[in-house]
Amino acid sequence: MSNILDAKIPAGPLSKKWDNYKEHVRLVNPANKRKIDILVVGTGLAGGSAAASLAELGYNVKAFFYQDSARRAHSIAAQGGINANKNYTNDGDSTYRLFYDTIKGGDYRSREANVYRLAQVSGHIIDQCVAQGVPFARDYGGQLDNRSFGGAQVSRTFYAAGQTGQQLLLGCYSAFQRQVGKGKITPYDRHEMLDLVVVDGKARGIIVRNMVTGEIERYSGHAVVLATGGYGNVFFLSTNAMGSNGSAAWATFKRGAYFANPCFTQIHPTCIPVTGDHQSKLTLMSESLRNDGRIWVPKKKEDAEAIQQGKKKPTEIPDEDRDFYLERRYPAFGNLVPRDVASRAAKERCDAGYGVNSTGKAVYLDFKYAIQRYGGIEAHQKGLENPTEQQIYDLGKKVVEEKYGNLFQMYEMITDDDPYVTPMMIYPAVHYTMGGIWVDYELMTTIKGCYALGECNFSDHGANRLGASALMQGLADGYYVLPNTISNYLADEIHTGPIPTTLPEFDAVEKDVKARIEKLMSIKGTKSVDSFSKRLGNIMWNKVGMGRTKQSLTEAIEEIRALRAEFWKDLFVPGEAHALNPELEKAGRVADFMELGQLMAMDALSREDSCGGHFREEHQTEDGEAKRDDENFSYVSAWQWVGDSIDNAVLHKEPLVYEETKVQQRSYK
Amino acid sequence: MSGNMNLTLKIWRQANAQAKGELKEYKMTGVSPDMSFLEMLDVLNEQLVEKKEEPVVFDHDCREGICGACSLVINGRPHGPVRRVTTCQLHMRKFKDGDTIYIEPYRAKAFPVIKDLMVDRKAYDRIQAAGGFISVNTSGNPTDANSILIKKENADRAFAAASCIGCGACAAACPNASAMLFVSAKVSQFALLPQGRVEATRRVKNMVAQMDHEGFGNCSNTGACEVECPKGVSLENIARMNREYLAASFVPES
Repeated sequence: MSNILDAKIPAGPLSKKWDNYKEHVRLVNPANKRKIDILVVGTGLAGGSAAASLAELGYNVKAFFYQDSARRAHSIAAQGGINANKNYTNDGDSTYRLFYDTIKGGDYRSREANVYRLAQVSGHIIDQCVAQGVPFARDYGGQLDNRSFGGAQVSRTFYAAGQTGQQLLLGCYSAFQRQVGKGKITPYDRHEMLDLVVVDGKARGIIVRNMVTGEIERYSGHAVVLATGGYGNVFFLSTNAMGSNGSAAWATFKRGAYFANPCFTQIHPTCIPVTGDHQSKLTLMSESLRNDGRIWVPKKKEDAEAIQQGKKKPTEIPDEDRDFYLERRYPAFGNLVPRDVASRAAKERCDAGYGVNSTGKAVYLDFKYAIQRYGGIEAHQKGLENPTEQQIYDLGKKVVEEKYGNLFQMYEMITDDDPYVTPMMIYPAVHYTMGGIWVDYELMTTIKGCYALGECNFSDHGANRLGASALMQGLADGYYVLPNTISNYLADEIHTGPIPTTLPEFDAVEKDVKARIEKLMSIKGTKSVDSFSKRLGNIMWNKVGMGRTKQSLTEAIEEIRALRAEFWKDLFVPGEAHALNPELEKAGRVADFMELGQLMAMDALSREDSCGGHFREEHQTEDGEAKRDDENFSYVSAWQWVGDSIDNAVLHKEPLVYEETKVQQRSYK
Repeated sequence: MSGNMNLTLKIWRQANAQAKGELKEYKMTGVSPDMSFLEMLDVLNEQLVEKKEEPVVFDHDCREGICGACSLVINGRPHGPVRRVTTCQLHMRKFKDGDTIYIEPYRAKAFPVIKDLMVDRKAYDRIQAAGGFISVNTSGNPTDANSILIKKENADRAFAAASCIGCGACAAACPNASAMLFVSAKVSQFALLPQGRVEATRRVKNMVAQMDHEGFGNCSNTGACEVECPKGVSLENIARMNREYLAASFVPES
């Protein structure tokens, strides 16, 4: 193992590591905190909670975000919930069980110590959010309610209808704005980070573009915190926001941070299927729907074909002719298997010709049974004797509406179909990237003083993230991990004093940034950014998507190289560099995706096994499950940028050591 | 999939905050009813780029109706003709072949135009910074979440108020450009929760003062905000805020 990939895991038993760490970490006293500037990039759950917490501690925070307000980052779109080890439901949950489920869900490709810490602080997150006034769902006794999510056999998910991410982010944003009011956070809205400035091996600043004026600006700090989310938009169609991008992370990679497990992408099983070429994004239907919805396709191929041709309706297929394939294949977890398993199972049925929708690329998610079940319970509670079918339906519909109303409404808006009557149609779509910037236990990247949080880093979810764990990780990193670990580094910075942005290193990086913008503007070719973005996305989806082979990956690398060359020759960006110019913003992001996509394919090619969301078709068990090769691939791949092309990237490996967990074939049967 | 709708768009174009804007006409053919409104504008923008013209600028991000970035006044109504729907979730099937559609930015003194259809809504952030929070630091030793019991009805009402997405449609819809629905939603969320009661007096005074300072108008109970709010935030919140504000005015400055 090269020394730079030392994860700095504290000594001692797993359950004591975090406490030991906190008890011995170096601190910065309050008077010295006031002398230290921290730059935070991104204001989703990870960045927003970090910025607020660091400012509360007394550091001077500058926060940068491309949106017009810190309240809009894409964490806001998370629907279903947030996991915590509270065990309020008395169903056997514990820190260990949450830890174990997460390690297993990640198919044994995450770091034990990081994941254990995540499980340990998860309960505090709920406490903190309640203290902030986050209106979680409650029962009539006034206590918090829970629901179940995939990959777990306990109910540990806290939620606020189908808008949990919104409520958590608004809680975080209120803490953030409180510090803005106190002058401890300076917000820079509509500012996009384009590069990182490293001085004597330490992150010292960033170069950003003011998206309203087009000016290139410099900011300095004693530490730089990246919380810029994931890179799912490399696929063009994903559940990410339109502006979600990988550029800040990519620039940091090019300045020396290693990029870990780039090929680990989560394809979420329950999204609204694609309808046409005009489609700009895909919309998720929360995993929480799998609590109550049953997934099926027709048992008979002729029924599937009749549905595809519009000759039959799903409601005309009797129960005995429905194949509830998840319940059939995975009786122990049923519809609540982890996302990677559910997605592949949907693809398997559709590839075999049993898909529904005119394209054959959809499966049903049916609430008929939940409506009947809830209706029955309600009728019983109301003391209705011999209720009619309609009464049961009406009562059941009300319960389902209360639980998932906003999701059903969204579905109807998009598809013009009423999911209370006709089953929803769903298909897998790109949702989350487990890969990201490599960080150690302290969340520091391989560049000193540069940290990565939330989806932006790689650390906690291995090869597959469990539902309701992204919110948990984002807030764990921002509220509880970074505020405790950053002082270990900043303790050496108390004598540094303000860092001038006139240093030659700032000059040099700014020059690079301006040169690239100039280049993008001066190509003056014939094709739009979006046209390139869509073509890249097609390559990624078809060849680096749910099923990958040596051949598809080799082809993808060649095709992306060619597309990249064409991009730099034939791109057309309208407007000016020194003004508001959304096409220019997109051009920079797509330019980076052209390299990042290739690295994802290179990483997938180098991993000759299947694990979690990384499914190499050559490596599967007889019944089509991912077949891991732990002897050769139980490591974190960490890529280093070398020279001036992604072709030269070098692979380093951080071995994964499992002390507490027994590594075994994942089974949800 | 291309569709069969033909539309005439009249879109507000304005180079920057200082420039004088005007409505420009664009013809769209082959619009699919399955497109979202913003996807229809994406198609227009692709066509403009192909003609080497500058695309229309508008705010948008999540396209799932939750981030609050999208805005637009469509045929005179913020977020368009369908109730309880943001512009990004509005689909073209709600329009007819041959329609003329007017697309303008929000019009409110406190929301200056940045370019074309994009406006500056930072006034809302400043109102939030003035008091839209509970003064609690991240605690290393927080009290257990279930030690605070909250009546389900109050929790549900607080949630309904908190579902505001901060898009600004309320102020854009109001003839007085009042931000009362937005401000009252935040005041209500916290006022309904025991955690938020502690500083309820300070909060309502500070937020209202900032709201006035930003140049938003007064509420005259027209109710347009509630009608246009894509999240259905209720006017009841304004009543609650008025009560809170009145009560606060009897409390001496602390």
